[in-house]
Amino acid sequence: MLFAKPNRRDFLKGTGILIVSFSLPALTKTAFAQSGTPATTNTKTVALDDVDAFLAIDPTGSVTLYSGKVDLGTGIGTALTQIVAEELDVPFARVRVIEGDTALTPAQGKTWGSLSIQNGGAQIRQAAATARHALLQEAAKQLGVPAEDLIVEQTTEEGTVRSRSGGKQVTYGELIGGKTFSLKLDKRAPLKDPATYKIVGQPVPRFDIPEKMTGQFTYMQDFKVPGMLHGRVVRPAAIGATLLSFDESSVKDVPGLVKVVRQGNFLGVVAESEWGAIRAAQKLKANWSNWEGLPEQSKLWEHVRATKVNKDDVTSNVGNAEPALGQAAKRLSATYDFAIHTHGSIGPSCAVAEIKDGKLTCWSSSQGTHDLRQQLAAMLSMPDADVRAIYVEGSGCYGRNGHEDAAADAVLLARAVERPVRVQWMREDEHGWDPKGPPTLMDLQAGLDANGNVVAWYSQVYVPESATGSVNVKLVAAELAGLPHETGMVPGNIIQNTAIPYTFPNVRTVAHRLAETPFRPSWIRAPGRMQNTFGNESFMDELAAAVGADPLEFRLRYLNDPRGVELLKRLASFAQWQGRSSSGRASPDRTSLRTTKQKSGDVATGRGLTYIKYELARTYVGAVADVEVNRKSGEIRVKHFAVVQDCGQIINPDGVKNQVEGNVTQTVSRVLKEEVTFDRSRVTSLNWASYPILTFPEMPDVDIELIDRPAEKPWGVGEPSAAVVPSAISNAVFDAVGVRLRSVPFTPAKVRAAIQNA
Amino acid sequence: MPTAIPLHVNGQATRVTVDDPDMPLLYALRDSLGLHGPRFGCGVGQCGSCTVHLDGRPVRSCVTPLSAVGKKKIVTLEGLGTTDKLHPVQKAFIEEQAAQCGYCINGMIMEAAALLASNKKPSDAQIKQALTHNLCRCGTHLRIVRAVKRASAGV
Repeated sequence: MLFAKPNRRDFLKGTGILIVSFSLPALTKTAFAQSGTPATTNTKTVALDDVDAFLAIDPTGSVTLYSGKVDLGTGIGTALTQIVAEELDVPFARVRVIEGDTALTPAQGKTWGSLSIQNGGAQIRQAAATARHALLQEAAKQLGVPAEDLIVEQTTEEGTVRSRSGGKQVTYGELIGGKTFSLKLDKRAPLKDPATYKIVGQPVPRFDIPEKMTGQFTYMQDFKVPGMLHGRVVRPAAIGATLLSFDESSVKDVPGLVKVVRQGNFLGVVAESEWGAIRAAQKLKANWSNWEGLPEQSKLWEHVRATKVNKDDVTSNVGNAEPALGQAAKRLSATYDFAIHTHGSIGPSCAVAEIKDGKLTCWSSSQGTHDLRQQLAAMLSMPDADVRAIYVEGSGCYGRNGHEDAAADAVLLARAVERPVRVQWMREDEHGWDPKGPPTLMDLQAGLDANGNVVAWYSQVYVPESATGSVNVKLVAAELAGLPHETGMVPGNIIQNTAIPYTFPNVRTVAHRLAETPFRPSWIRAPGRMQNTFGNESFMDELAAAVGADPLEFRLRYLNDPRGVELLKRLASFAQWQGRSSSGRASPDRTSLRTTKQKSGDVATGRGLTYIKYELARTYVGAVADVEVNRKSGEIRVKHFAVVQDCGQIINPDGVKNQVEGNVTQTVSRVLKEEVTFDRSRVTSLNWASYPILTFPEMPDVDIELIDRPAEKPWGVGEPSAAVVPSAISNAVFDAVGVRLRSVPFTPAKVRAAIQNA
Repeated sequence: MPTAIPLHVNGQATRVTVDDPDMPLLYALRDSLGLHGPRFGCGVGQCGSCTVHLDGRPVRSCVTPLSAVGKKKIVTLEGLGTTDKLHPVQKAFIEEQAAQCGYCINGMIMEAAALLASNKKPSDAQIKQALTHNLCRCGTHLRIVRAVKRASAGV
C-alpha cells in the first residue's frame, strides 16, 4: 500500500519527540533523542528493504534520513544528505539525518571498511529513488498528468512536482506529508542521471562544522540525561589480574560517592559529580594478583613467529611460486614488521546508560549500534528487543576503539546503582585498554630471471586469526565481570591486500592465522591493508632497485589494469616524477636518472612511490613522498606527499580531500612515531608523552589530484590513501640514503642503526 | 565542605559550588556551567583540547585548579563567538572546513586566537610553533594552519 497512514500512535509520538528536538536552536542537524527517551518498543520499521526504514517526509516537505551508517567525524552525514537531496530533488538544507539508533535506523552494518558511501550510500540512494518514483506516480494521479510528463522542481523550501508544460503543481509535503511510504526498496526504480546532478559532486560545506567551531555541538562527551550520575572504571593493575580485595574505606571521604561497584574483576565507582568519580577512582585501594602473560617487548617478533598457527589463508595462488622461486636466477627475500598501534582518539571513550522498567537505553559513539545492542543484551542476558543503542557522535575513533567498552562499563554501573550513569574513560584507560592494531610480521620472497623479470613472488604474513561468524570485539567489562561475551578474536579483515595487483607468472600469498596475539585486537584505519601494502610495495621497490629500474616504470610493466595504469601515469605527471633508479648507496657507480640531492651536510633528500588498488577491487591510490633524512641523528622529515586517487564517483570533493589529507597526516604519525609499549603485565604507553603522535611542526604538505568518474560507482575514501603512506616513506628513505626501513615505526634509532649496518 | 567560588566567565560574573577547591577548572566549566567548548582529552595538559583563556592567555583548564583562577577573566570557545557572531578565527575555520571529528578544535581555535592577539601576521612556521602542544588525531593539521592563516588576514 502506498502512503499508508501510520497506524501506530507511538510511532507518531516517537517522531514528535525528534521533531521537537530539531527545533531547539543549540542542536545540530544530526538529530538524536536528546531528551533522554527511554527504550521503547518502537514500531518504526528498520527493515533494510523498507523505504520507510530510511526516509520520512513531513507535511512541510522536510525530509528525514535514517542512516545506519554514522558520522565518525568524516563528513559522512553531509555526504549521505547530499545523496538524498539529489535523488529526491529537494534542497540540501531540508534533509536531516538520524544516525545509528537501533529503534529508528536500519542495520546497514558497522561504519567501517570505507563502506559508508559505497554500500550504505547505495542503499540510501535506492530508497530515495524508490520514494521519488512513488511520489511522481502519486502526483500523476492527483494532477491528472502522465508521470513521464512530470518533473520535480527544487524550490527553496521543498520538492515540488509539476508538468513539464507548467500548470498545476503539488509538493512532496502535500503528497506524503506525515504518512509512510509502505514500499519495498525497488532495485529497478530509475536513478537520476549523474550528468544532471546539482548537489552530488559539489563541495557542500559540512552541516556539523559551524556548531563544532562554537561549542554548540553536543558530542557524546557532552551528552547528559536527567538524574545522571558519573562513573569511572578502575582497571586491573595487570591485564589478566584477578581482584583479590578492595578497601571501601579508602574512598569514604570522597564527597558525593554513591557506590563502589564490583562484579568479578570489574571494578568501578559511581558519584554524584564527575570530579567525585575521578577522585574516587584514583583513591580506591585495590589489591590485584600478579599476572605476567605478555611477551617481552624486545622479543615481540620472535614471539609472533613462535605463536601457534591455527590455519593458513591462501589469498592468491597463481602458477607455482615455490618451485619457480627455487629455479630463479636471482632471489631476494626480506622481512617486514609493523608495530602495535592504538587508536589514540583525542577524546577518551564515553557512554551513558539507563535501565528503566527492565529496558536498557545506551548512548554511545559506537560505530555499530545494532551490533552493540546484541552485545549488551547478551552481557545482561536480556532480549535484544529490550535494548536500545543510540549513536551520538564523539571524538573520532578510526576503527573499533573504546567506545563500545565504555558503553558496557556504563551499563554495568547503571545497573548497580539503578540510575543513569555516564562513564568517560580517563586517558590511561583509552591508551591502556582500547583494543589494539595487532603486530604484523611479513616474510617476502621473489625470484628474478636472468633478464631481470620477476618470475615468482611468495609472501607469508603472520596475523591473528578471526573468529568465524562474529564481527564483534569482546567487551572488556563483560569479560572482567564474568558475564557472557565473545571469546574469539576479531581483528578485522586484515588479510586484504596480501594478494598483489601485479601480473607475475607465479604468485603465492599466504596468511598464517595465529592462535593468539598479545592484546585484544581490533581494526585501526586500513587494517591489514596498510601493513600488507607496506611490505608489498616496499618489496616491489627492492625488486625495482635490484634490476636498476625506475620504480614507476617497473610497476607499469606488471600492471594490466587500465584504471591503475592511468592512475600511475597521472601520478607521474602530478608529482613531476622523474625516472630514477633508487639504488641508494648500494651502487654508487650506477649511471642513473637519480635526482636525489644532498641537501646540506648530514641531510639527504629522497622520493618514494607507492600504488594500491584497495582490496584489489576498488579505490585506486598512488602516492609520492618527499623526505629528508638526517644521517647523523636518524631523523626523518616527511616534507610532502603527492596523492592521486580514483574512487569512482565523488560525492563531495572537499570531503574526499579532507579524508586524504587526514589519512596521510595520521599515517605519517603512525609510521614515524607510534608504537604501543608494554611490560609483561600491561601497556606502559599510557599518555601522549609515552605514545607521542605527530605535532604541527612535523606535518607534511599534501597535494591531491582526484580523478572524478561521475558515471561510476562511488568507492570508499576513508582508508585507501592511508595504506600507501608507510611504503612511500620507506622507499623515499632508501632513495635518500640507500637503506631499507622494514620496521614501523621508523624511529631515529632504527634509521641510525640501518645506516651504520649498511 | 561545599564551597562557593566566584568566577568570571564569558563576560559574566557567576559562582560555582564545589566540594574541592582544587578541582580543575575544566569540570566547573563543563559540569557546573554546562559549557561544551573546553573538552577533556588527557587530564595532564598534553593535548590542548581543554584550552580556555585566562585574562587572554591560553591555559589548560584540565590542570588549572579552581583555587588558582582568582579574579582572572575566563573566556571559553562559546565566549569567543557564536554561530550568529563568529570570532574571525571561528569564521576562518568554518570557511576552510578545518575539522574532521572536531574534538580538538576548541584548543586549536583558542590557541590561535591568543596567537593572533599578539602576532597579527604570523608566518606558517610561527603558527605551527604556537600549536605544537595541541594534538589532532584526525590529521586536520593542513586545514587548521590554513584557517589560522586566513584568520590572520581578518583579525
